[in-house]
Amino acid sequence: MLSIKNLKASVEGKEILKGLDLEVKAGEVHAIMGPNGSGKSTLASVLTGKENYEVTGGQALFEGKDLLDLSPEDRAREGVFLAFQYPVEIPGVSNINFLKTALNEIRNYKGLPNLEAKEFLKLLKEKQKLLEFDAALANRSLNEGFSGGEKKRNEIFQLAMLDPKLAILDETDSGLDIDALRIVSRGVNKLRNGKNAFIIITHYQRLLEYIVPDYVHVLYKGQIVKSGTKDLALELEEKGYDWLKEDSKETEAADIMLPR
Amino acid sequence: MENRITQINSSLYDQCIADYEVRSSLFAAEAPEVGAARAKAIGHFKQLGFPSTKVEDWKYTNLVPVLKENFELEQDEDILSVKDAVIAKSKIDLLDCYHIVLVNGKYRADLSDAVNVEGVYLSSITDAAARPAFKQHFGRYIDLEKFHFAAANTALFRNGLFIEVKRNTVVEKPLHLIHITTADAPTYFQPRQLFVLGTSASISIIESYGTDTNGAPVFINHVAEIVVQENAQMQHFYIQAGDQHARYVHHTEVYQQANSLYNNYKASFPGTSLWRNNLNVALDGENVESHLYGLYLAGGQQIVDNHTIVDHRKPHCNSNELYKGVMKDDSAGVFNGKIFVRKDAQKTNAFQQNNNMILGKKAVVDSKPQLEIFADDVKCSHGSTMGQFNPDALFYLKSRGIGEEKARALLIHAFAYDVTEKIPIPEVQSHINALIEQGLK
Ligand SMILES: Nc1ncnc2c1ncn2[C@@H]1O[C@H](COP(=O)(O)OP(=O)(O)O)[C@@H](O)[C@H]1O
Ligand SMILES: [Mg+2]
Repeated sequence: MLSIKNLKASVEGKEILKGLDLEVKAGEVHAIMGPNGSGKSTLASVLTGKENYEVTGGQALFEGKDLLDLSPEDRAREGVFLAFQYPVEIPGVSNINFLKTALNEIRNYKGLPNLEAKEFLKLLKEKQKLLEFDAALANRSLNEGFSGGEKKRNEIFQLAMLDPKLAILDETDSGLDIDALRIVSRGVNKLRNGKNAFIIITHYQRLLEYIVPDYVHVLYKGQIVKSGTKDLALELEEKGYDWLKEDSKETEAADIMLPR
Repeated sequence: MENRITQINSSLYDQCIADYEVRSSLFAAEAPEVGAARAKAIGHFKQLGFPSTKVEDWKYTNLVPVLKENFELEQDEDILSVKDAVIAKSKIDLLDCYHIVLVNGKYRADLSDAVNVEGVYLSSITDAAARPAFKQHFGRYIDLEKFHFAAANTALFRNGLFIEVKRNTVVEKPLHLIHITTADAPTYFQPRQLFVLGTSASISIIESYGTDTNGAPVFINHVAEIVVQENAQMQHFYIQAGDQHARYVHHTEVYQQANSLYNNYKASFPGTSLWRNNLNVALDGENVESHLYGLYLAGGQQIVDNHTIVDHRKPHCNSNELYKGVMKDDSAGVFNGKIFVRKDAQKTNAFQQNNNMILGKKAVVDSKPQLEIFADDVKCSHGSTMGQFNPDALFYLKSRGIGEEKARALLIHAFAYDVTEKIPIPEVQSHINALIEQGLK
């Protein structure tokens, strides 16, 4: 589904992603872990087409298409979704109107007509229930005055509504209390099917107990320096990242790419 | 011409002066209050003339190009026919209201709904001459030494509308005034209005503007006086849309007495070449409340100039003003908001805010909030901002599949929302939202 090869990207002239490789197939869940500042959010931004992120090398194919060549909205319409680490508040845009607009834009892109009001409401109710998302929140302005946790839940609610092929969750767990985490995870697990895939960016192994990944990757200084199964997440939780930093210095010195 | 620096030399000025002379014998037949007001006003107008940009309040709005367009004064007209479509264009979908149509300022009962509400008197301004409320309030509130166009209008108006809502009368259905201007040569019009709300009366008045001029430019110098007596309430809506042939200088003078409420909601849209709005509100009693909400969406070469004065004269009053502007293309905006808090007006709360989104590369706004406070126990604030699209918000919307154009439209609606959400009549709110949609194209 997603095939990233030797991706390099910089912000304001500073190289952040330094040759990153990642293969994600339909049905898979990948976790990306790594210390602060290692480039996790940058990867998410580059994949979704945020401006000011300059791709300086490599490629990212999504379902065979050059993802990096598409506008942000077309990437979304093709089925890429990012649950933001810091969702934006947009006072004056109602959550519902926003979702309806987004859904219809995606449908129109695929040559489908707008969703009937009734159908839309049905979908809304269904997904609200799935994520135990407060109807009052759904009716408010987009993220305006939402708590950190509410914003994160709204991201997952949008994910459920838009039903993308590839969902990237950027630190969705931060700001969620344990109950919310359980609800969100349960929701995500229900959304999983053989046709979609998830990239879950997180610091903590905790989330991965609920959403069990097929692969865990460690992103460090703009590269994936280690990949493994969910046990790697446990190991990271126990040992921290320092041992990897040592490792990576050696690798850098030896100028060898770590195998994924 | 009294002063060649602050006045624009134009044939229109000469026509105005001559018109007063020609008509002065007719003025003798009017109510003495009107005649006296005219006489005083022509004196001021002779002094003031049409303002050049050397006049502080006209610094950013240059009338020279407008006054060059060879306008002729309006004449006494027969009953003009107006296309239904022109009137229909201003109507508001699904709104249950009384439609009142005015053509070139003239009240047209034949095109209007009858307002059969006990306690409401509505007539042309000439028919109102004998009414005590008219005589008591006409021409009483505008400072004609300061307002060039109001002076000209007072001296020379021909047509207009008078509405009186008597004591304790609550008008349930809104009145929708549709002002149509029609001409086939460049014409200068000076319609006039006086609304008097008696003690504890209440009414909602919506005003819309339309033109049908076959391409001829028209210049409308509109003056409205509004008296809101004790404990009365008025919701007042201006929906300012029109085509590029129209230029408006629009003066609204509101006089409020104790415990009264006056809310003004003004929305202007691309099309009309010039909107100069003067909205002055005097809070002349205790516990008065006034809210002024403005939304201007400007495009093309349009000039939208909003001048407001909120004059706190007595203690314990609240005023709140919020004007938001969205400037496209080469449009130019002016916001000038004065708040006076006089010495007596202790415990005043007065707030004012002007926010702008500048979308056009050549669009500009000159924003000047001014506070003059002579009382010491007051809460006042003012501010103005200029901004563009928030790139993070834009990206957030796009990342959900929403295209550039739709995303921008959503953000503009969101920006305007602080004003549009305040509009208390849902049909009017939807109408204005639809005009925003249209204006963004
Ligand atoms: N818009 C930006 N402008 C400047 N520097 C940025 C920007 N975005 C990210 N960076 C820098 O890139 C590096 C990686 O950041 P980020 O991708 O947010 O890390 P992570 O999500 O792994 O914590 C950091 O050094 C950060 O300061
Ligand atoms: Mg991050």
